[in-house]
Amino acid sequence: MKDFEAVIGLEVHVQLATHSKIFAVSSTKSGAEPNTFTDPVTLALPGCLPVLNKRVLDFAIKLGLATNCKIMRESILARKHYHYPDLPKGYQISQYDKPICLAGHVNVRVGGDVKRIGLTRIHLEEDAGKSVHLDAAPISLVDLNRAGVPLVEIVSEPDIRNAEEAGAYMRQLRQIVRYLDICDGNMEEGSLRCDANVSVRKIGATEFGTKVEIKNLNSFRYVEKAIDYEIERQIGVITSGGTIVQETRLWDDVSGETRSMRSKEYADDYRYFPDPDLLPLIVDDDWIDNVRKTLPELPEQAYRRFTNTYKLDPYIVELLTEEKLVSSYFDQAVSLHNNPTSIANWITTELFGRLNKEGTNLTECPVSPENLAQLVKLIDDGTISGKIAKTVFDEMFETGGSPAHIVETKGLRQVSDSGLIREAINAVITANPEQVQSYKSGKTKVFGFFVGQVMKDTQGKVNPTLLNELLKKTLDS
Amino acid sequence: MAITEETVKKVAKLSCLELNEEELHKMKQQISDILDYVEQLSKIPTEGVKPTSHVHGVTNAFRDDVVKESLPVEKVQKIAPDFRSGSFCVPKIIG
Amino acid sequence: MNELIKLSVLEMRDGLLTGNFSSVDLAKAHLEEIKATNSTYNSFLTVTEELALSQAAAADVKLSLQKSNSPILTGIPVAIKDQLVTEGVKTTCASKILKGFIPPYNCTAVKKLLDDGAVIVGKTNQDEFAMGSSSENSAFGVVRNPWDIESVPGGSSSGSAVAVAAGQAPLSLGTDTGGSIRQPASFTGIVGVKPTYGRVSRYGAVAFASSLDQIGPFGRCVEDAALCLRAIAGKDKRDSTSMEVPVHDYLHEIKKFDGHLKGLRIGLPKEYFIPGMDKEVEDSIRQSLKTYEKLGAEIVEISLPHTEYAIAVYYIVACAEASSNLARYDGVRYGYRYPEAQTLSEMYEKSRSLGFGAEVKRRIILGTYVLSAGYYDAYYKKAQQVRTLVINDFKAAFVNNCDVIATPVSPTTAFKIGEKTADPLQMYLGDVFTVPCSLAGLPGVSIPCGLDSKNLPIGLQLIGKPFSENALLKVAYSFGKETKFDTSKVIGRRF
Repeated sequence: MKDFEAVIGLEVHVQLATHSKIFAVSSTKSGAEPNTFTDPVTLALPGCLPVLNKRVLDFAIKLGLATNCKIMRESILARKHYHYPDLPKGYQISQYDKPICLAGHVNVRVGGDVKRIGLTRIHLEEDAGKSVHLDAAPISLVDLNRAGVPLVEIVSEPDIRNAEEAGAYMRQLRQIVRYLDICDGNMEEGSLRCDANVSVRKIGATEFGTKVEIKNLNSFRYVEKAIDYEIERQIGVITSGGTIVQETRLWDDVSGETRSMRSKEYADDYRYFPDPDLLPLIVDDDWIDNVRKTLPELPEQAYRRFTNTYKLDPYIVELLTEEKLVSSYFDQAVSLHNNPTSIANWITTELFGRLNKEGTNLTECPVSPENLAQLVKLIDDGTISGKIAKTVFDEMFETGGSPAHIVETKGLRQVSDSGLIREAINAVITANPEQVQSYKSGKTKVFGFFVGQVMKDTQGKVNPTLLNELLKKTLDS
Repeated sequence: MAITEETVKKVAKLSCLELNEEELHKMKQQISDILDYVEQLSKIPTEGVKPTSHVHGVTNAFRDDVVKESLPVEKVQKIAPDFRSGSFCVPKIIG
Repeated sequence: MNELIKLSVLEMRDGLLTGNFSSVDLAKAHLEEIKATNSTYNSFLTVTEELALSQAAAADVKLSLQKSNSPILTGIPVAIKDQLVTEGVKTTCASKILKGFIPPYNCTAVKKLLDDGAVIVGKTNQDEFAMGSSSENSAFGVVRNPWDIESVPGGSSSGSAVAVAAGQAPLSLGTDTGGSIRQPASFTGIVGVKPTYGRVSRYGAVAFASSLDQIGPFGRCVEDAALCLRAIAGKDKRDSTSMEVPVHDYLHEIKKFDGHLKGLRIGLPKEYFIPGMDKEVEDSIRQSLKTYEKLGAEIVEISLPHTEYAIAVYYIVACAEASSNLARYDGVRYGYRYPEAQTLSEMYEKSRSLGFGAEVKRRIILGTYVLSAGYYDAYYKKAQQVRTLVINDFKAAFVNNCDVIATPVSPTTAFKIGEKTADPLQMYLGDVFTVPCSLAGLPGVSIPCGLDSKNLPIGLQLIGKPFSENALLKVAYSFGKETKFDTSKVIGRRF
């Protein structure tokens, strides 16, 4: 095992979040009744012609810029031919020798290191429909709602060496497309799909081994498990004297194996040629600049900023930058009250914990960044204690109310009046002479008992620092 | 250029066409004749000549990302040879 | 025979406006003629009698309300090539694979005619999927030439040409990929216009070869064809290759002809006078040029050196594109499906093999071959490069030597049915004069310029610069004006 290394390249399909299809006017929404989002172009009725949805190109350029690609000034849509019932035209419109983006890279964090993974290209293409194969009857049913939904395919260089890197790369891509707001990143629904090309070779070898393509990797976990499995399988074949067959394999999560796909009924010969129905795509500097202006801060940049400017813990930053929604929530809160560490903690522990428990997410969060900032501010200026703050937060989450208002109406303001605290202390001391005795006899552990009693009597509103100080003074006197 | 029957068979398969022996034989002859004829192009020097993709050299035609009404599924059903459960029905896809 | 069918479109327009007859009268006259003669010519695959009569009735209302403000085609019967998709009306492209197919949408050009109030009398026969030059590739029987019913009418827009030549409709639409409007126009002695590529939307024209296909009109005179062209021309958002170029009132423009063509240079390409060409055709063309000289035009000999390669380029490019465009006919979503198929591949192969005719299969196989791995560069790419050279020939001629190019449409007049079917290549070579213009995307007009000794029409082709239909139609019009060779006057002998 140790003598081998794996060489992995990923082809990731990203479904673009446009309203209408790439070449047709039907909706791209998922979940509709079968064949309700079709039109003459989607059905490839005789005489129909495709016209490119401009937003698709804008999105692809955006992605190209975000992944350090070269945006090609001229790119061509080409036809890729194969027969399959869910491919209405008998060809897929895609890009071949002139894709929209070339030669980019993304930086991926793996185990504390940063690894650069090269992108060979990003190209536009259309999705196919869906086929359902019935068990009960020798038929398949074809739904063309998804046919013509815009995709980009991101092809990586064979820079990936193991499953962990592959998983990290996929997560990074998902994070980027979600930051860019060009894809919902939902892997279960197929918005992000991955095929992996895996080969192994002896360490030190310069030639690549025979590669195997693994399809159907529709979760991060599948990507990682399938690659792990495949690497082991290939090494096993080689070390036992066999050779790797170039083939397409399918990940089967039930058995935890990749298995060879039955050889296709039709030989592959895609017969690419430029689609004569569509014109060359010419993108000039102005266009690219305009798209560039719409680019948000990217996760990598946010990560760097949060780490460097706020000196936050890397793990916390990871959580804060996973989604743009979170990082901008954080930014907004920090802009209102400058305590990034505390705000970051509140977001990643209390807020996430609560959202998780409720099974919801930040888009539907009742606690606004303004209110969270205010809450931390109330702690920082001593208006409420950290403990009370949790009660206030719960109330905020339930009602969406502002913490200041909750503190006022519920009378949760922290008591920092020494006179009032002394009164409370005295009451507790008077009521518990035995405990006072044991304290005085040296059993200082009962100190905590007094704190608890005072807190209990005051509903926890007493400033804990002040209480400690005054209680100690009183008991020691 | 002569083309073999084997190649014609392969190309027919790619095209999803089935040819019987007689058709195959005739097709081989006719395609060979045509290929012989078009062979004359090979003698024309074309180095550096840009292939024509659109005769007027125009570029960039787009539509806005606007959803319009889809075809009612009843109309889709009407033209389909076999339509069941709202879907196009075909012999089982294997593999 | 009803005399109404002999009228030109402009005469029909006059009659409709003056109330001499109604649109319903016109529709009935043409429908009767179709009924009486279609069994002979087989020019119509579908006759839309009911539809035509209701459209005509609607046109009559429109005419009575809007009078001369109504669009000029209001109430005028037209025939539509079956290659063009018509909503609710069978559209088969003369192929078994689309037998009975009723499209749920309209071709843009057809829709434009309907919006202008034209009356559709039916869908016309053709070579299957527009592949052919004689109608002998129709799955629904050969179309016969009204000038000699033993001869072909040319193709692929055979039925549309015959409909107009035989008085079944004053106007029709065809499609032209390598000569499919111009050649049948020539064989049937009428006017056919292949517009500049991009002039008319291809949306709803069933694709044969996307980079070459254009829809165009047939008429018995240049004026009629011109006003039909105006009605269908223009940018269409649904066709990326259609172009935003102003559409002129061609009729108005050609009427400006004042009897002189002074300053016009007509190029005569020496490569178009080849061995194997009918002597009578050549003589007729040369004679026509004398007419132009008389009108003050200058005839200049030009050279289009890559002409001889055009057929080879054309058959590679057109077949490659066709193999791709016809991949959609798989029996899944519409059209013919082999009913007994047990497996998917059987369904595909049987549906397509039984659905397509021999010529279509031949072109699909040729096209698939030239696009397949290892051959793309040698064939498809090479052909598109030589195509660039063909285009450059025309460009150079138009820049340096001439304004319009005149050539024969076809090396021969109409040939006998069955004469060329055994040898596809020989059939292809008959397109030698129409194909170069198609490869260059230029507008080409075929006008009748004479009859041969067998009394078959000869066609003159005029080729213009891109989007110069205006000037080109004027040149075409001037010829008829000068010679008074007007086939609408010889129409009677054919009935």
